[in-house]
Amino acid sequence: MREINVKLITEKIRELCMEANTDLGEDVIQAFDRAMEKEDSPLGVEILKELKENARIGKEEKVAICQDTGFAVVFVELGQDVHLVGGNLNEAIHEGVRQGYQDGYLRKSLCHPFTRKNTGDNTPAIIHTEVVPGEKVKITVAPKGGGSENMSRVVMLTPSDGIEGIKRFVVQRVKESGSNPCPPTIVGVGIGGTFEQAALLAKKSLLRTLGSSNPDPDLDKLESETLTEINQLGIGPQGLGGRTTSLAVHILMMPCHIASFPLAVNIQCHAQRHKEVTI
Amino acid sequence: MSEPIRLRTPLSDKDVERLKTGDRVLITGVIYTGRDAAHKRLFDLLREGKNLPFEIRGQIIYYVGPTPAKPGRVFGSAGPTTSYRMDAYSPTLIEKGLKGMIGKGMRNDVVKEAMKKYKAVYFAATGGAGALLAKRVKKAEVVAYEDLGPEAIRRLEVEDLPVIVINDVRGNDLYIEGEKRYQKK
Repeated sequence: MREINVKLITEKIRELCMEANTDLGEDVIQAFDRAMEKEDSPLGVEILKELKENARIGKEEKVAICQDTGFAVVFVELGQDVHLVGGNLNEAIHEGVRQGYQDGYLRKSLCHPFTRKNTGDNTPAIIHTEVVPGEKVKITVAPKGGGSENMSRVVMLTPSDGIEGIKRFVVQRVKESGSNPCPPTIVGVGIGGTFEQAALLAKKSLLRTLGSSNPDPDLDKLESETLTEINQLGIGPQGLGGRTTSLAVHILMMPCHIASFPLAVNIQCHAQRHKEVTI
Repeated sequence: MSEPIRLRTPLSDKDVERLKTGDRVLITGVIYTGRDAAHKRLFDLLREGKNLPFEIRGQIIYYVGPTPAKPGRVFGSAGPTTSYRMDAYSPTLIEKGLKGMIGKGMRNDVVKEAMKKYKAVYFAATGGAGALLAKRVKKAEVVAYEDLGPEAIRRLEVEDLPVIVINDVRGNDLYIEGEKRYQKK
């Protein structure tokens, strides 16, 4: 049994919030480069260059790449041989978010659903904790912006809709979202499970490195076919027209009920921010 | 691509009329920030027949909720937010003399009609380029609704703020035209 003080978790969350919001992953920047080579629209190429320049400024000057520094979505993989001491894990995470958003000059973007009054410190965080073997704790902070989250959907298809039904729904969702979610986007897809599990799979799929293949060859094929159809829509960078509507489609799948065929589409803007640490 | 057009605020009907869908524009002068909650308050004031906290005639509203400015900086990261959420309020503001809106994403037909009728334009700034756009803000102060935090109305002095004309006064729409141009059947 290994003891870990939750104060260390607060400290790590604080750092990850700041790092994720200012330092865009190299995989995203490389995806911009690949997109620029294929993009036919001169305006589209200009936008992609701007996004690269914006990422450079964020990293060098340690400022948020996007003013929507998002909901702090936190994934915790907690080793079952870890004994947490010094306080409550969830409260330690909220405190890390509170400190990170304050000290990092990040926007506080959460409010009461009815009164719209800001919570003032960007808490609560959304926390997904999974108990795993071992004596380590892996923490991922993935800030999620509101504009792209608003374009996301969960649908309960029927088994007869099949793979074509999935493709049709995902492409249609991207088409209807148009310029709203800040294209080029990354399209997270969750298939199977239950209503809420499909949404979680879609969100988790966004954590995969851009440019990597899906380990399941069938899903890899579906990802690439869906991406091809999406990039024929013509929406392009920022919706101004072009070939680069999405940078990638990522899919996670699990078994579902014999009566069901759940599908979730979680749209992610080009500011695909996530940082991880293992304690 | 042609050279960008330089535009100084406040805008006249003539300034707005010469802009065409697809034009790249650099805005210099005073603009105001406002997004969801501030729009609702402005709309409610007008409905009650009260005055707005700033003179709206000839002005531009930028749909943005910035991050807090770091010490020694004028402004925090400041890219546009999605505009359709302001569609319910914009026609009333346009009728009162608002000449420009900066955001991202498509507007509905009611807003487009109001832009034609009262001569106003809709610009897009690059969504997610908040760090880059912040550099064009030279001065910032809160003029109303400080309690709204990032959603407060701020008076900004900007220099060469880069935007693109999406909707002009003739009813054209770059989002529709752009998508059509690059669509593969």
